[in-house]
Amino acid sequence: MLRATLKSLLARKLRLLLSGLAVVLGVMFVSGAFVLTDTLGRSFDAVFADAYAEVDVSVEAKPKIDVSTAEGMPLSTPMPASVLDRVKAVPGVADAAGVVAAEGARMIGSNGKVVTSFGPPQLGQNWLGESDLLELREGRGPQADDEIVINAALAEAGKVKVGDRVGVLTLAPKKEFTLVGVFGYSGGRDSIGGANEVYFTTPVAQQLMLGKPDVFSNISVQAADGTTPAALRDELARTLGADYQVKTGEQLAADASAGLKEGLSFFNKILLGFAAVALLVGTFLILNTFSIIVAQRTRELALMRAIGASGKQVIGSVVLEALAVGLIASVLGLAAGIGVGALLAYLFGQLAGGLTLAGLGVPASAVFGAFAVGMLITVVAALLPALRASRIPPIAAMQDVATPDRPLTKVTIGGAVVTGIGAVLLFLGLGGHAGDSTLATILGGVLFAFIGVALLTPIISRPVVSLLGAMFSWSVPGKLGRLNSGRNPRRTAITAAALMVGIALVTGVTVILDSAKGSIGALAEDTIKAELVISGSTSGPRPASFDPAVLEKAAAIPGVQMVDGEYGDMAVVGGQRTWVAVSSNVAALQQIFGAKAAAGDISKLAPDQMLVSSDTAKARNLSVGSTVPVQLSRGDARTYTVSGIYESSQLTNPVTLPPQAAADFAIPQPIQGFLQLAPGTSVDAVQPQIERLLADSPEVSVADRAGFIEQQTGQLDSLLQMIQILLALAIVIAVLGIINTLALSVLERTRELGLLRAIGLRRAQTMRMITVEAVVISIFGALLGVVVGTGLGAAVVEALKDEGITDLILPWGQMVTFLILAAIIGVVAAVLPAIRAARINVLGAIAHD
Amino acid sequence: MTATVGQEQAAARANDVWKVYGSGEAQVAALRGVSAEFERGRFTAIMGPSGSGKSTLMHCLAGLDTVTKGTVMIGDTTVTGLNDAGLTKLRRDKVGFIFQQFNLLPTLTAQENILLPLSIAGRKPDPAWYDVVIDTVGLRDRLGHRPAQLSGGQQQRVACARALVARPEVIFADEPTGNLDSRSGAEVLKFLRNSVREHGQTIVMVTHDPTAAAYADRVVFLADGQIVSELIEPTAETVLDTMKKLDAPVEVGN
Ligand SMILES: Nc1ncnc2c1ncn2[C@@H]1O[C@H](COP(=O)(O)OP(=O)(O)OP(=O)(O)O)[C@@H](O)[C@H]1O
Ligand SMILES: [Mg+2]
Repeated sequence: MLRATLKSLLARKLRLLLSGLAVVLGVMFVSGAFVLTDTLGRSFDAVFADAYAEVDVSVEAKPKIDVSTAEGMPLSTPMPASVLDRVKAVPGVADAAGVVAAEGARMIGSNGKVVTSFGPPQLGQNWLGESDLLELREGRGPQADDEIVINAALAEAGKVKVGDRVGVLTLAPKKEFTLVGVFGYSGGRDSIGGANEVYFTTPVAQQLMLGKPDVFSNISVQAADGTTPAALRDELARTLGADYQVKTGEQLAADASAGLKEGLSFFNKILLGFAAVALLVGTFLILNTFSIIVAQRTRELALMRAIGASGKQVIGSVVLEALAVGLIASVLGLAAGIGVGALLAYLFGQLAGGLTLAGLGVPASAVFGAFAVGMLITVVAALLPALRASRIPPIAAMQDVATPDRPLTKVTIGGAVVTGIGAVLLFLGLGGHAGDSTLATILGGVLFAFIGVALLTPIISRPVVSLLGAMFSWSVPGKLGRLNSGRNPRRTAITAAALMVGIALVTGVTVILDSAKGSIGALAEDTIKAELVISGSTSGPRPASFDPAVLEKAAAIPGVQMVDGEYGDMAVVGGQRTWVAVSSNVAALQQIFGAKAAAGDISKLAPDQMLVSSDTAKARNLSVGSTVPVQLSRGDARTYTVSGIYESSQLTNPVTLPPQAAADFAIPQPIQGFLQLAPGTSVDAVQPQIERLLADSPEVSVADRAGFIEQQTGQLDSLLQMIQILLALAIVIAVLGIINTLALSVLERTRELGLLRAIGLRRAQTMRMITVEAVVISIFGALLGVVVGTGLGAAVVEALKDEGITDLILPWGQMVTFLILAAIIGVVAAVLPAIRAARINVLGAIAHD
Repeated sequence: MTATVGQEQAAARANDVWKVYGSGEAQVAALRGVSAEFERGRFTAIMGPSGSGKSTLMHCLAGLDTVTKGTVMIGDTTVTGLNDAGLTKLRRDKVGFIFQQFNLLPTLTAQENILLPLSIAGRKPDPAWYDVVIDTVGLRDRLGHRPAQLSGGQQQRVACARALVARPEVIFADEPTGNLDSRSGAEVLKFLRNSVREHGQTIVMVTHDPTAAAYADRVVFLADGQIVSELIEPTAETVLDTMKKLDAPVEVGN
């Protein structure tokens, strides 16, 4: 039995490989994700172990606000310089140095633009001289207050050289320095982990990076001979007390690496998401291929049964075949995944400014994941056909039993039930009734909806396919093609369903993002009463900011009626982490953002007063007059009194603090600026003047309202494009499915095609017949996809109504494009099978048994 | 009527078997109360006009199809009412088939095809018997060939060897020579007769051809779903005579 199975498998290897390709791709993404994470993870470990190699123990003040990597860089609390002396006095300390190191030193390159980073930090530090790790390549260390040195990678990215005057943005607005040196790291490295680093003299670093003289962000300690770092850490922690965090160099390296790895996991999830899509589509293809194979082998399987094979053995033989296909697909997918992982790791390393990659790692999880996913999916998909195979009666070996047209009732009922479950899950998930498992519930709902619709497809296919086919019925080949596509509704349905998944996902995402874009645009259009907006696009984790002095200067320009600068930060408000904002001009809340007072006065704020949104007030049980302690990123906790409550809207922040509070924000500079012009003032006249004011704030630019809206929604556009490109993959897999189905049915109909040719159907007509069949199937799939996708998209949009997506925008143009694309896909997919059909040897086909 | 021969226990036995296809208007009674015994170590042919129920009778005897009424036994096993597992075991241990269209697996060699029933059942062939079978079918030099590389007659001999190698209680053959020319057909029939004479195999064969039926020890005639006649030690002439009488409108008894 085993041998018979394997031999028949070999006889159909090409066909099975084609359907296995989807599994190969899915496995590739899965193992690629693991390989990438492992390789980069170990690279980060190595980099940071090296970077902290010279630090035995480091002392840091506890940060005031815990900030996760997703929200930005954690801001360590500056500690007074006197701590250094206390540390030095601790026994076991050989040497200690006060270090200033903080995120946010942005150097302006020779092209006048800030050298950006896609993730690695932009550190501003105090120069403590060369070390085993850090070596000057050129020039010397900074001695005067206007001198800096930078790392070689930054020098190259900004195209600056020793002797140049360079601008640097810090907590303070742009300042000019002379570049007196460029350094690198041991081993000829230009950066560590892609970080951009600017070194100042210690007093300058303290002022610009920490905002105060005589403070350090941490103290780096060298242990005396005979004292272990761990022992010294414990000793220091005891001496300094609970306000300080003391860590060994090893711990610091592990923490730094863990932070970056956390960022990687997001990337990982995207890859796994695409693996899921590829595998879902792949499941349909494999199901179809095995169904067709089982149908073709009816006689063979019946024979097996007649000569003594049990039903279980037949199931076993089909499942074994699936296992073999899954195994081969997994091996190929794993190999491809290792390649993709290596490539992505390389690209990532390049993007991160030449991260030195540790050796390529293939973790056990990649191998295990590849085989588990590949084989499981294939076997699960083959289970249904296997069951069907086991029900073939042995008597089928004796007679040409035409497989009776099984009624579609069961499938249809099953489909309706599964679709129903999907709808319920979607309702629960989108309606916010699923609590913690919201995402899982929504994904489950989408999955069920797809499977359910796929099960319903056979019954839908009859009327729709005959309607679609009617378009081609004017010629005999067209008519034959149409009849063929309606001949086996299940097969047509599954093939179309595979295409449906891809198209539905693209359509759904497009509906959601278009609606979001439209809603944001409409909201900004209707509500923001500002003619000019200052903002920057953010590429790294840190939002762009600008010099607050611009706000005052802009207010002085004739024709400018109101100016507001918006600041934001994460803070602890009444014990809870909360996003807080500052409007430099509190009156703008009402006049520019259309806020409405729910209680108290929201038009002004005293230094110890705060405004809250009605949602926040309700959630925290606050009313006018309540007092709330607020801890900002810098400074000590302060108590504010609620002086007003505004109604929550899309444009309001949970908490608004008085302008004075912005100085204690992690970024004490405005992130956006809104300018309202006096009636009758020309925007074109004011805009160039603002541009001039922003000359020293190269991270941001000024745009009129249309430009601003475009800028805001432009990010959604690029997101949409990215998703579409990746989902195109699902569509490519589905095309493979169509090719596969057609190729199989051509093979299956060899005799019939030979007969048609014998009675005079020309080659070209044969090809046309196959093409019509393909086009009908793919348009049907696309149609389903557009409908299902629009449904899913609309459901999500409906659910996001409260989040501000108020307008449902249907991308009609896109939908038509998909249908046209589907027709082209059909034609393309038909090429090979059609050629094959046309080449059928007439005599051979008729004699063929 | 009932066809019974000898007192010794039969290899296969049908007892008042009815087979009705369809229901209502479209009802067809393919078998109408057939009782027959096929004794061990004999070669029985079933003949009759097209549509008389020959194939149906064979399928019912072999447990490939269920009977509407009556019972079927193979050896001491009652086939009627067996579940799928029981039927599978029956096919493994007691029944062999030879088909009109040979039904070999195109991907397997002749040898692999021959051994397939044993390998499905997870059994080892008896080497001595295997040699005897291969020599009797005369295929030793063709064992490594695939069906496509064999002539029709050779393919059918492979199919015969496949049926024989498991030494079933009874082999059912439905028009085994239907697709062969007279010479290849004669070879296959001789071979079947030898396996009965020399090795005591029981064979039940459906055929249209009086010459083929003449190789059998006994011929049972079916007409309209009923056994109407029987011949022992038939010759082509006596078979032809009987068939002519059957075609005549008058019913003929024995
Ligand atoms: N699956 C079926 N459904 C309905 N009727 C059937 C079925 N199989 C056979 N019959 C009918 O039963 C009767 C006997 O058929 P059977 O195949 O046994 O005839 P036969 O003697 O083998 O004929 P032939 O010599 O042509 O092979 C015929 O009338 C046939 O139409
Ligand atoms: Mg017949």
